[in-house]
Amino acid sequence: MSYPASYKYTKDHEWIELTGDRGKVGITDYAQQQLGDVVYIDLPDVGAKLKQGQSFGTIESVKAVSELYSPVTGEVVEVNSALKDKPETVNAEPHDSWMVVVKLTNPGEAAALLDAAQYQDLVK
Amino acid sequence: MVQATDAPLKKTPLNARHRASGARMVPFSGWDMPVEYSGIVQEHNAVRTRAGLFDVSHMGEIEIAGKDALAAVQRISSNDASKLAVGQAQYSGLMTPQGTFVDDLLVYRLAPSHFLLVVNAGNIPKDYAWIAEQIASVGDAVAVDASSRYALIALQGPAAVDVLQPLTGVDLASMKYYWFAHGEVANVRATVSRTGYTGEDGFEVFVPPQSADRVWQAILESGKVAEVIPCGLGARDTLRLEASMRLYGNDIDDTTTALEADLGWIVGWKKDDFIGASALREQKAGGVARKIVGFEMVDRGIARHGYDAFVGDSNAGVVTSGTQTPFLKKAIGMAYLPLEHTAPNTEFDVEIRGKRTRARVVPMPFYKRAK
Repeated sequence: MSYPASYKYTKDHEWIELTGDRGKVGITDYAQQQLGDVVYIDLPDVGAKLKQGQSFGTIESVKAVSELYSPVTGEVVEVNSALKDKPETVNAEPHDSWMVVVKLTNPGEAAALLDAAQYQDLVK
Repeated sequence: MVQATDAPLKKTPLNARHRASGARMVPFSGWDMPVEYSGIVQEHNAVRTRAGLFDVSHMGEIEIAGKDALAAVQRISSNDASKLAVGQAQYSGLMTPQGTFVDDLLVYRLAPSHFLLVVNAGNIPKDYAWIAEQIASVGDAVAVDASSRYALIALQGPAAVDVLQPLTGVDLASMKYYWFAHGEVANVRATVSRTGYTGEDGFEVFVPPQSADRVWQAILESGKVAEVIPCGLGARDTLRLEASMRLYGNDIDDTTTALEADLGWIVGWKKDDFIGASALREQKAGGVARKIVGFEMVDRGIARHGYDAFVGDSNAGVVTSGTQTPFLKKAIGMAYLPLEHTAPNTEFDVEIRGKRTRARVVPMPFYKRAK
């Protein structure tokens, strides 16, 4: 699976798709492969304040529990509740399975994230 | 699970096969083992609906032989081995004098005075030392750690008889559950046992290590039509939990007694003395203060090994196993709770990442196959 060039990536294996001062956040194909079958996702509520690099939720596979780390600082303005009932979507379509939309406090923060080529180097 | 990281990992005779087949490998009890091939959910459901193939060669084999072998086994094993005919196996425990578990095991009667004990991989040296010490005074009986002489391959699932039968002269359909026979599988000398750790019909096949890959490949080839797939330890764990089978190190250990683990049926109450007998008889007469239960989550969340269980405000027990099960599609688990809270439908809380999450006691097993 290729990593969309329009996304930015973290070393913790999240992606963010930025549109203006908002970003959709999900986990990468590499992350879902490492996790195995995803069976549970715990996401924050709309209005939650996120800090870059800090946990905003939990994702569990059959075997393991992992934290979700926010790529940026901001406020959750939308939550993909459908994923709670169909967490396996994250395995099938990791780069389309957004979890939250964050309104960035400081859009400049995203500049320090990895681009697709840098991320691909990280996980190869 | 705590893993020793300094010693090099041991490899089963099928290690190269697993790596060549793209299995994801992890350290487990000192072994380099496949945790999954195609995915835990897919492998789990293959075993429930068709069949799956497991390398369980990491398990230990300890043989006890000699004129007094039966007396030796009777001393160290909680179950009553005198009930075993030659060709029959039983589930049992190696108990401490306190009635807690050194290990759990299967006891096979190979001959009137020759037994094979199959023990957990992580416990082989400990078990062997314990057994050798405990039977020293019994008389004419010797224990041998024969683990390196066996590879062990498990074919589990409703299609197991149909897949294995073309490869062996052993009459599988007439073999009863927990019986075994010697013969050949894929022209390799083998002992075939109708046992397993999945709650499904199936067989465990003991073969010489140098022939393990041949047998493995032959079974997969024979299982092609039935879509038999190789499976890892991840699915083995979710399958055994769905079937409510205890896992040493999670659900039972040297702090839990056979009665607390609700395994009174593997204690030979009518036997003469055996290690742990007096403690267990005393506990049986006086009653246990806590007991293992099966539970389902009522609230959203997955309880895992080691999470605390609460009744009201009091930290009342601990979760010993828990997962989201692929076949039943529920979050289930096992926990120790005070006896007065172990009746089915009793509700309690599990603390999941700081949050009290409601669970309900349910009868075990969670899954029972149709006969």
